[in-house]
This record gives sequence, structure tokens and C-alpha cells, in this order.
Amino acid sequence: MGVILAFVVQGAQMLLVVALAPLLVGVVRKMKSRLTRRQGAPLIQPYRDILRLMRKEVVLAENASWLFRVVPYMVFAATWVAAALVPTFATGLQFSWTADLIAIVALLGSARFFLALAGMDVGTSFGGIGSSREMMIASMAEPAMMLTVFTLALIAGSTQLSTVAEYMTSPEVGLRVSLGMALVALVIVALAENARIPVDNPATHLELTMVHEAMVLEYSGRHLAMIELAAALKLLLYISLIGCVFFPWGIAGSDDGVAGYALGVLVYLGKLVVAGVMLALFETFIAKMRVFRVPDFVGVALMLALLGTLLLFVSRSL
Amino acid sequence: MSATDLSLLIFAALLALGPVAIAAQRWAHVSTFVYGAASGLCGLLALIGLAGLAGHGIGAGRVLPLGLPWIGAQFHLDALAAFFLVILGVGGGISSLYAIGYGRHEPAPMRVLAFYPAFLGAMGLVLLAADAFSFLLSWEVMSLMSWALVLTHHQEADTRRAAYVYLVMAGFGTFALLLAFGVLAGPEGGYGFDAIRAATRSPQAAAVVLGLMLIGAGSKAGLAPLHVWLPLAHPAAPSHVSALMSGVMTKVALYGFIRVVFDLLGPLAWWASPAVIVLGALTAVMGILLAIMERDLKRALAYSTIENIGVIFAALGLAMAFRANGMTAAAALAFTAALFHIFNHMAFKSLLFMGAGAVLAATGLRDLDRLGGLVHRMPVTSFLVLVGALAISALPPLNGFASEWLLFQAVLMSPAIPEVGLQLMIPAAGGLLALAAALAAAAFVRIYGIGFLGRPRSDAAQKAVEVDRMSLLAMGVLAALCVLAGIFPGVVIDAISPVVDAVLAGRLPKQADADWFTIVPIAEARSSYSGFLVMAFIAISASGAAWAVHRFASRELRRAPAWDCGFPDADPNTQYSASGFAQPLRRVLGSNLLAARETVVMPPPGDHAPAILTVHVADPAWASIYAPLTKAVVSLATVMNRLQFLTIRRYLSMVFLLLIVLLLGLMLWV
Repeated sequence: MGVILAFVVQGAQMLLVVALAPLLVGVVRKMKSRLTRRQGAPLIQPYRDILRLMRKEVVLAENASWLFRVVPYMVFAATWVAAALVPTFATGLQFSWTADLIAIVALLGSARFFLALAGMDVGTSFGGIGSSREMMIASMAEPAMMLTVFTLALIAGSTQLSTVAEYMTSPEVGLRVSLGMALVALVIVALAENARIPVDNPATHLELTMVHEAMVLEYSGRHLAMIELAAALKLLLYISLIGCVFFPWGIAGSDDGVAGYALGVLVYLGKLVVAGVMLALFETFIAKMRVFRVPDFVGVALMLALLGTLLLFVSRSL
Repeated sequence: MSATDLSLLIFAALLALGPVAIAAQRWAHVSTFVYGAASGLCGLLALIGLAGLAGHGIGAGRVLPLGLPWIGAQFHLDALAAFFLVILGVGGGISSLYAIGYGRHEPAPMRVLAFYPAFLGAMGLVLLAADAFSFLLSWEVMSLMSWALVLTHHQEADTRRAAYVYLVMAGFGTFALLLAFGVLAGPEGGYGFDAIRAATRSPQAAAVVLGLMLIGAGSKAGLAPLHVWLPLAHPAAPSHVSALMSGVMTKVALYGFIRVVFDLLGPLAWWASPAVIVLGALTAVMGILLAIMERDLKRALAYSTIENIGVIFAALGLAMAFRANGMTAAAALAFTAALFHIFNHMAFKSLLFMGAGAVLAATGLRDLDRLGGLVHRMPVTSFLVLVGALAISALPPLNGFASEWLLFQAVLMSPAIPEVGLQLMIPAAGGLLALAAALAAAAFVRIYGIGFLGRPRSDAAQKAVEVDRMSLLAMGVLAALCVLAGIFPGVVIDAISPVVDAVLAGRLPKQADADWFTIVPIAEARSSYSGFLVMAFIAISASGAAWAVHRFASRELRRAPAWDCGFPDADPNTQYSASGFAQPLRRVLGSNLLAARETVVMPPPGDHAPAILTVHVADPAWASIYAPLTKAVVSLATVMNRLQFLTIRRYLSMVFLLLIVLLLGLMLWV
């Protein structure tokens, strides 16, 4: 019975993340529109966009190679697998031991690697600019993320995300300076990795300011749909990650019953909405940075993550 | 016949192959014969090594009546040597296989054939040597053979310079090794490894040996700041030799370091380890940054070798730190990570150098800014190189990630170390390693994206054709190794563990017991990773998604000109160039760490002359260490030069003076 339930939870989690990801994007967009006193598209608009794109034919550049056609599915799959391993509403995921936090970070790295290659496949200058800048940002953001992972792992004594989340719900965690720094670092990394303002603008199509959009400029139809879905999944993944590690309240443990799971789902939905609203608020209040200011911004995350890790040893008794 | 004797016979056969090739140089198939024979002999070596790892045939020794008269030339096969025999056998065997096809492009094949088998044989002798004399002699033969191979294309001035720098550095490195063995042997002069192992020495003497080994083995492996010869020499050699030098010879150098520091020297004090960790982490970051800035395909790969060597040294340093504190499990973890990465780097760096060789054979080009579009013209090579690029960028589910993951797990064992300095330093070094890993991904997106994707930037790239089947087979085997070691890392860890056990008297838990090929280095609650399941999940969800989309949504496809924001028929040169791709990182990291500069010459308004952007990136080690050093040597030589023009009277009086000074010194000392 327990095994069956665990499988059901894992399956539910996989479907849930795919199903909810576009909604999260919808919430952020709606909120941003409302904050700038616009009506905004309905919440389900991202679903409609993805379905519409999926039904359209693909217009493929003449010299696009097989890699260009495979990448959307690879990116989607790698992101989906990573997202399915982050606890959303329950910690006791059946396959959580498949990949720990380090592997999840690296899976996102795989997705990015493929996408950056696809940006260069057609041989246009926009693809190149996007890939080049994406790799520049990632080469700062990934170590920051890794150092944040170090902080969490050193506190919880494990890189296994379920264990970390369970440890964070226990009372022995207490308030730590390191955790605060790790949170700030992780938020900055999340903004950078998801191509949000102030690092990149998801809504822009002004050539010189775009990073992520420049990389995927040549994509159309179902390929673009897969990439959009993967991008939405990635945003959901980061929010789930921040949620389960820093705000683990309400998350169902491995031995909670069906009621616990139901509560977990409700709380999780609440967390998503709150995070979406806060992201929209933040993006409305801040301007996009010049691309060569971005390293400073992400560098802050790197420094904070490093300090957080080092402070852990100085103030272990706190 | 024992495994040691059999290996020695194989080395002798390899050493003899060169003269045979010279004797048979008029025979049309001499190249195929030599490479085929080398490949077969290396395959045998790999089998002996594998059997040794499984516990068969190790422990046997052999004393030959050569070398130092009172100890002879001692050879011994143990688990550590067996592991490196596998590296040599697999790397050398597949390189030779590749060379059966690739060697045909060589304008003067005898320049390679005469030295190539002996190079393999000498590396093998280093691995089995069990006394200082035969070790150093084999080491020196290995250096000289590789030097001769670097000189293959001696008509080019760059090659001659590379070989010269290599020779100087190799001589310097061996000199340091000589001193290291001198200190190890002590005043009694026991040069056999058994005698060295049994001797006791002070921590200061041990630290001196460590420093000398870092110089001697480190310079051969490519540890900063002694790495400067590597990006010159490795790319200058023919590609299969580059693969061998980067993939195998650097590993033999690491073997020397491990043999002396971990085996002969015994446990060191904890304060010896930070130097190794810091040097390793800094080497990793600097190597990969230079790889990102480099336009030459093979040289970029050589810089990436430096990065990987840095990673391995950092892992070895971690193992030393844990070992000094008696944390056997953590030390075994770090040491396993190092050995696993040694295997991985042999596989993917050989593969990538072979890919670069294939590109060179097909286009005659090494300059990334003139390549492009090879994914259409050389589909199989492109696919195999992509596997190598993914693996070396430490991306799951391939093998590079598995060893990187083990290394990060070892970093996370640091809180249990009692020394505060090490506690603080290890996570910081872990951050540097994470930075290096992220930069490696950027470097290989650049190499692959510029070199293989996009549109061809030159006629030669436009007309490239796929290389021969032998080369493809060799690359295919290595790519398969990368995938298999990534999916089944537990198998590799279990194969390595006898070595770890022999060196550290401790090992990781047996990984074969875990379900689904999961690796669990310490405990399941702490960390686990299953490359197999990650691979399976990605494969299932990618193909499932593709199937669902094609079945239920749309499968139509139309080819059209690229969109490129509505700018049609742009020249291929409007694509991002290799230097252009590196520009953001050059500005962010290069300007501080490498003193990279850009100068723009902008003509005045109305002038039709083109604006010129010059980028200047140089290895900082040249300017900060080697340039002052050469300057000092030259000025000293100029001063000393006067001594050449004295009269015989003066020389005699100087000899007399020196004698008096020495005698006075002796009097004071005694």
C-alpha cells in the first residue's frame, strides 16, 4: 500500500508540475498587467499559447541540423526530470534518490547546454549573442547555486532534497545567518536562470536586450511550444525549490495520509501564487540591467553564497 | 609466466616495434602494421590491468640485471599500477586504432612510427618500475619519445619552439624528481621502492618531497604555473599523439605523484594538503578560462586538459587532507573521485582530440573562426564529439558528471575535519571547482557551437567530408565508454576500489548492491545518484513528449530561410565568431584574471579605412614568472660571459682560490 501510494505521489507530482507550470506564468503575467493598470490576458492564456503553437507547423531554417530538432525535447525532458525530483507538496517521493540537489543543478545545466547549442546551430548572429550571454550568466549563476547547495547540504548533512526539506521542517534548524544569505543568493540565481528582469526580459523582442529569447529566435511551432513549456517548468522548479527548502511549512511528509497530501497540495498552490505575485511585484519595481552589469548582480549571489558557506563554520553553535 | 613478466615482454615488444618499422619502411603497409600491433599489445595491457584490478596476477615482482648494479631494475605490478595499466591500455589501444586511419594523412609517417610504440612502452615501464632508477629512466625515455613526437611537424617554427619549451620543462621536471627520490632514499641510499616505503623520515623531509613531486610530476601533468609547455606541445603533435599525451601521459604523471605521495611517503601532516588543493583549484579555473579565450581548436582542448588536471589534483589534495585526519571513508571518497576522473578524462579527452584530428584531416584547419557547419558534412564525427563535449562539461547522465559528483560529495565531508583553516578552505575550493565546471560548459558550447554548428566560415569547412571508418570506430568506442561509465558509475567505482583499498586501507561501500545502478558513497540518507535512471527518465520523457506531440498535435514541417529578425542571406561571417563568443566572459573574468585587453583603432569620420579591434589575451604565467626568469638567466649569462675571455694565469689563480675557499669551508664544517 505504501509503495503504491508513493508511486501515485511521484506520478501526481510529475503531472502536477507540467500542468501547473503555464498557470504560474499566467499568474505572473496577469499580476504584472494589473500592477501597470492593464487588463492583462486571462490566466489560462499560456495554456492556449502552448496548444496553439503545438498545432502549428514548424518552419525550420534551411540549414538547421538534426540537433536543432532534437534539442526542444531534450531540454523539456531534462527540465521535467529535474522538476519532478523537487518536492512540491510532499517530501517522500518514490524516485527522490535518483538524483540529489547537485544532480538537479547539473540537469538544468544539461538543458542549458543543449539550448545554447541550438542557438548556434542555424548560424545567425542573434542565436550566437543569446548563447554567448546565456553561458556568461550561467557560468556565474551555477557556482553560486552550487555554493548555496553546499550551505544547505552542510546544514542538513545531506544533498538529498527530500532529506533537506524534512530537516528544514524540524525544530532544530533555528534561525541562521547562513540560511538568509543562501536564500538571497538562490533568489538572485533563480532570477538570472529564468531570464527574468533585471537580468533578462521575458517579454522583450528588442534584439540587443534579449538573452533567452535571442537563443530561441529561430524556433517555431511545436518546437517553440516545448521550449516555452520547459521555461515555465524551470520557473516552477526554482519556486518549488525555494519553497521546500526555506518555507517548508505544510509540506506532506512520507508517512502522512491522503489528508496530509491534500493539505500539502493546497499549501503548495498557495506558495506558488504568493511567489508569482512577489515576482511580478519585483519585476514591476525594477528596471532591466545593462548586460555587463549582470555579472555584478550575479556576483553578489556568488559572494553571498560563499559567505553563507563560510559563516557556517564560524557560527556553527548559533 | 606472471603478469609482471608478460607486461614487461609487451613493453619490450613495443620498444622493438620502432626499429622494426624503420627496417620495414619501404613496405607499403608498415603504418597499418605498427599501429595495429601497438593496438593489440595495448589491448593485452588493458586486459592484464583489468585482471589485476580483479585481484589476479598482482603482487609479482621481477628484478632484471640492468640499471643500478646493487639493486638491479625492479618491476612490480600492484593494484595502483594495474589501474593505470588499464588507462594506458585503453587509451593507447584506441589511439593506435584511430591512427590506423589517421596515420595515412601524415606527410612523413616514419617520423611518428619510429617513436610512437616506444612512447607507449616507456609509459608502461614507468607504471611498473619499482625502484627509483628504473622509474626515472623510463620517465625520461617517455619524455624524450614524446618530445620527438611533438617534433613531427618540425618544419613549422611554432612546433620547434613548442618542442624546445617542452624539452626544457621536461628536463626541469625530471631534475625535481631526481631530487625527490634523493630525499626519499635518505642518507642510506635505499633506491628500491620497498626500502623507501620502509624508511622513516621527518615531516619536513616529507613536505620537501611533496613540493618536489608537485614540481616534477606536476609539470608533466600540467599543474599551474608549470603548465606553459602543455598548450604548446600537445597540439603541435599529430592528433593521435595529442590524444595520447593529453589522455594518457598526463595520467602517467599523476601516477608518479600518487605513487610517491600516497604510497611511498605514507600519511602526511594535514598542513601539507592545502597547497595541493589550492593549486589544483586555481589550475582548474585558470586552465578553463584560457580554453574559453583560445581560437585554436586543439590548443583549447589542451587548456581544458589543464583544467581537468587541476580538478584531479584538488581531489587528491582532499584525499590527503582527510587521510591526515584519519577520516578513511572520506579519503577513500575523494581518492575514488580522483581515479574515476582520471579514467573519464582519458576517455573524453582522447575522444575530443581525435575529433579535432578528424576535423584537421577533413579541412586542414584548427582555427575555430574558419570552421563551422561540420554537423552537416561530418555527421558521425560531430555526433561523437558532441558526446565527448557533453561528458567533459560534467553534464548528467554522462561520465564526467559522475566523477564531479563524487568530488562534490567529498567536498561536503569537510565539516568533520578538525582544522578550522581546512574547514574554511575546502568549501571555497569547492566553489572554485564549481566555477570551473560551469566555465567548462561555456568553453565546450563555444568549441562545438562555433566549430561544428552554424554555417561554414571557409571553403575548406564547406568541402569537408567524413573521415575513414577506423577513426570513427575508435571515437565510437570512446564515446560508448563515456556513456557507459556515466550510466553505470557503480561498476567503475567497484573496479577502482581495490586500488583505493591498497593505497588508503579503506574503500567505498560496494556499489553493485544498490538497486538501479545507484551510487551511494556514504549512506543513502546522505546522497545518492543513479545515472541509469536519470538517463532512462530523460529518454522516456523526451521520446514520450516527442511521440505525443507528433501524434496528437502536429507533425508538419516546412523548410524556409532562417528568420534572423528578417535580415536575409547574411554572410557566414556575420555569425558569432570564437572570439566574439568569448567576449562577455573575457570582459567579466578575463580582464581581471588574465589581464585581457581590447584595443580599438577607429578611423576618423569620413575615412573609409576599416576599424580594427585587437584582442590581447596571454597566459599570465608567461609574463609574471617565465619572462622575469628568462631575463634573469640572460643577464646572468651576460655577466658570466666575461669569464670566457680571461688569461690562463687568471683561470689558474681562480682555481686556486676556489680550492682555498672550499678547504676553509670544510674546516669550519668539520
